[in-house]
Amino acid sequence: MAELKTVGKPARKKDAMNLLLGKPAFVEDVTPRDCLVVKILRSPHAHALIRSINTDIAMKVPGMVAIYTYKDVPNKRFTTAGQTYPEPSPHDRLILDQRVRFVGDAVAILAGETEKAVRKAMKLIKVDYEVLPAVLDPHTAKDNPVLVHPEDNWEALCPVGADNQRNLCASETCADGDVETVLADCDVVIDHVWHTKPCQQAMMETFRTYTEIDPFGRLHVISSTQIVFHVRRILALALDIPKSKIHVEKPRIGGGFGAKQSVVAEIYPAFVTWKTGRPARLVYTRQECQIAGSPRHEMEVHVRLGADNSGKIRALDVFTLSNTGAYSEHGPTTVGLSGHKSIPLYTGGLEAFRFGYDVVYTNVQAAGAYRGYGATQGIFAVESAVNELADRLGVDPVKLREQNMVRQGMTMPAYYNEPANACALDRCMARCKEIFDWDAKFPVRDMGNGKVRAAGVAMAMQGSGISGVDVGSATVKLSDDGFYNLTIGAADMGTGCDTILAQMVAECMDCDLDNVAVFGADSDASPYDSGSYASSTTYVTGKAVEKACTQLKEQLCALAADALGCEPGDVEFAGKAVRCLDGRGEISLADLAVKSQCANTTAVQATASHSSPISPPPFMVGMAEIELDKETGSVTVLDYKAVVDCGTPVNPNLARIQTEGGIVQGIGMALFEDVTYDAKGRIIEDSLMQYKIPTRLDMGHLQVEFESSYEPTGPFGAKSIGEIVINTPSPAIAQAVFRATGLWFRELPITPEKILMGLQAKGK
Amino acid sequence: MEIQLKLNGRPVQASVEADTLLIDFVRAHGCASVKRGCETANCGLCTVLLDGKPVLSCSVLAARAAGHEVQTLEGLQQEAQEFVAFIADQGAEQCGFCNPGYVMNTIALLRENPDPTDDEIRAYLAGNLCRCSGYEGQLRGIRAFLNARNGKEGK
Repeated sequence: MAELKTVGKPARKKDAMNLLLGKPAFVEDVTPRDCLVVKILRSPHAHALIRSINTDIAMKVPGMVAIYTYKDVPNKRFTTAGQTYPEPSPHDRLILDQRVRFVGDAVAILAGETEKAVRKAMKLIKVDYEVLPAVLDPHTAKDNPVLVHPEDNWEALCPVGADNQRNLCASETCADGDVETVLADCDVVIDHVWHTKPCQQAMMETFRTYTEIDPFGRLHVISSTQIVFHVRRILALALDIPKSKIHVEKPRIGGGFGAKQSVVAEIYPAFVTWKTGRPARLVYTRQECQIAGSPRHEMEVHVRLGADNSGKIRALDVFTLSNTGAYSEHGPTTVGLSGHKSIPLYTGGLEAFRFGYDVVYTNVQAAGAYRGYGATQGIFAVESAVNELADRLGVDPVKLREQNMVRQGMTMPAYYNEPANACALDRCMARCKEIFDWDAKFPVRDMGNGKVRAAGVAMAMQGSGISGVDVGSATVKLSDDGFYNLTIGAADMGTGCDTILAQMVAECMDCDLDNVAVFGADSDASPYDSGSYASSTTYVTGKAVEKACTQLKEQLCALAADALGCEPGDVEFAGKAVRCLDGRGEISLADLAVKSQCANTTAVQATASHSSPISPPPFMVGMAEIELDKETGSVTVLDYKAVVDCGTPVNPNLARIQTEGGIVQGIGMALFEDVTYDAKGRIIEDSLMQYKIPTRLDMGHLQVEFESSYEPTGPFGAKSIGEIVINTPSPAIAQAVFRATGLWFRELPITPEKILMGLQAKGK
Repeated sequence: MEIQLKLNGRPVQASVEADTLLIDFVRAHGCASVKRGCETANCGLCTVLLDGKPVLSCSVLAARAAGHEVQTLEGLQQEAQEFVAFIADQGAEQCGFCNPGYVMNTIALLRENPDPTDDEIRAYLAGNLCRCSGYEGQLRGIRAFLNARNGKEGK
């Protein structure tokens, strides 16, 4: 293959300088300030029926324009999960419902001229609640006499094992081989339950949406979303209006991490605008993000891992209890990854596996999509089990993994029998071991001042798009002077996909990156793309870009042949020009652009779509060194090394930043980010003061490297990077804490309190 | 109430409510770089300079700025441009939402301490949260700027 000129190079993100200089770019910056302020009155109860709701006095506040209650909205259930239709997530929501299902559930939508008026009116709405017993414990949710969704028009569109009469959002079991027989024959069985919390994405820009009626009478939605097309469909269903009446676009997005793969905020201002005809805006407070957002699914993962004394891992039995909360968003799908993206890591010598799950409804905040999407929870459990096995057998956990890991060329039965076409996991491990200096750091070192240093390791995998479902599309056209417009429906949420996909155009069309202008995402103007989620953009949309460029080159050759008076087969595309193969002439791209705009009948614009029947996993290894203070229980991450196989890193800078950001987010999940409830089901950590995300002082030194495989089905050999990177810190740090204390912590986060209390209990 | 202040070098006279926050005031006066990320003074996104000192504009009343000078990133483009290019070269801007806050605070840092160590940079910017970058790339960018500048000075 010819040497790549733009792909594989650390290009600056096209929007980098303007973002760094604070230019207007986000919803609140680019939409008119003069619009209705929308706010939501939220339930103080975990489960209640609204007996009556009186808005008369509230509406008398000067400046109030409208207050809507459950009586005003369509009685058609939908899901806010941004998934391809028919969504696996059951349709269980109304815009407003007479039954409120968690502390923070929407009770009324208020719209007024000023923030002050709306705030004042909110206090004056009188709601009479019939408070009902709440299902707060996921363990007792299934078949509980209290039903979260007793309603008749609840509907599961896909066969996911959901049953609203049992508080079940999904349930399934799959297996390969006879796991019980193999486990019974194993020398060692590790059998524990690991528990992860409903962590918040905590993207810096909260949910925000602006809506207006455009000159055509259509609902124009400008929102911070990863999924413009799903937003259009879901809004149409929720508002019960034709999809043709809705136009959704996103400006720059202030972080998403999956939070904005659900239609969390859009429905409320859209409803206000549709009803009043007036522009409206909703900006979620941080508190609303924390209590009524779309966090990670809380999961309990029960792992039974069987091995023989030589360290061969022979059987894995995983059962996950996932808590979807009050609504179904992403419940049936996230849970699948807890097994299907953890068990295959040990395809090496695995003789049998079983993976089952229940996803239950409870009366807490509904969960959603969060980077890692269930894999994070499952990998914490399975990787921890492997680390416990290493300790039990008295072997080096790196060697144990080398003995059992999936390798290139294997077929992964637990990963839908997909092949590991491209897998450099073995090289990732070898390299990480080297740069981390594992042999020196794994032994526990007492620093002599009450502090202990120790290390841990974990592996991870993820997918690249949803196989057989996700659709990526791209339109590439030639414009004046020979520059290219790239239009996409995938949403750059800061990750840099606009730039990465433009790099692919530049590579295919043999031009400078500056010669590619990117536009997206806009439900009217962009070609259809399921959206930016499931680590799909580089792998799926990237391939669509490649295809579109191939088609465009053919069109350019046809146009050039016409100009040069020869057959399309007699010319070749050569970047800045199209040349006759016999060297008799050429036409420059700039001249072709001019020709394309005068008396031309050949379109110089190509749209291509792509969908992949497989979802090739990226792989990685992470190693953490911590210092633990035995007097206070506090843990400091000193050093984190990671080596990633994402196939070809299309932009190594952006791939590295993704990895570093994901690791730090993972460190937060492992050590700080907790969600607890009071007795009534109210979330305690409802601000960034209590919900502690890592600061610059909490992460130690990071170093990331790449060991690239070449994925034959991906663009330029690329797989994905966005999600996998959050998966290693929890198990690696839990192991390091064990090494320092002799205690396995199987519930996250591993806080100083838990460590200290564990050490004290152990001392007794 | 009527207040007068200097915003990015220009005198501004305005009528504000007693409880108007500085963040809302400056945004209403065209300074969209100032972002709100929380309500509890934890994220650092709304950092502006009040008489040259960094403050969280979500926790300062507009009335408190009366008679003082307020600077936002809109007014410090040139000073910022020098070093943010190095952060762009790391890809560490990512979503960009936290950028104006920590860029403002970095300006304040570099005025106070033109040649900070990595630990001094981390400590000074500790109140500026970022969820995308993992911070390391931002540090590399600032370090690269300092090295380039010091290298130049050395010559």
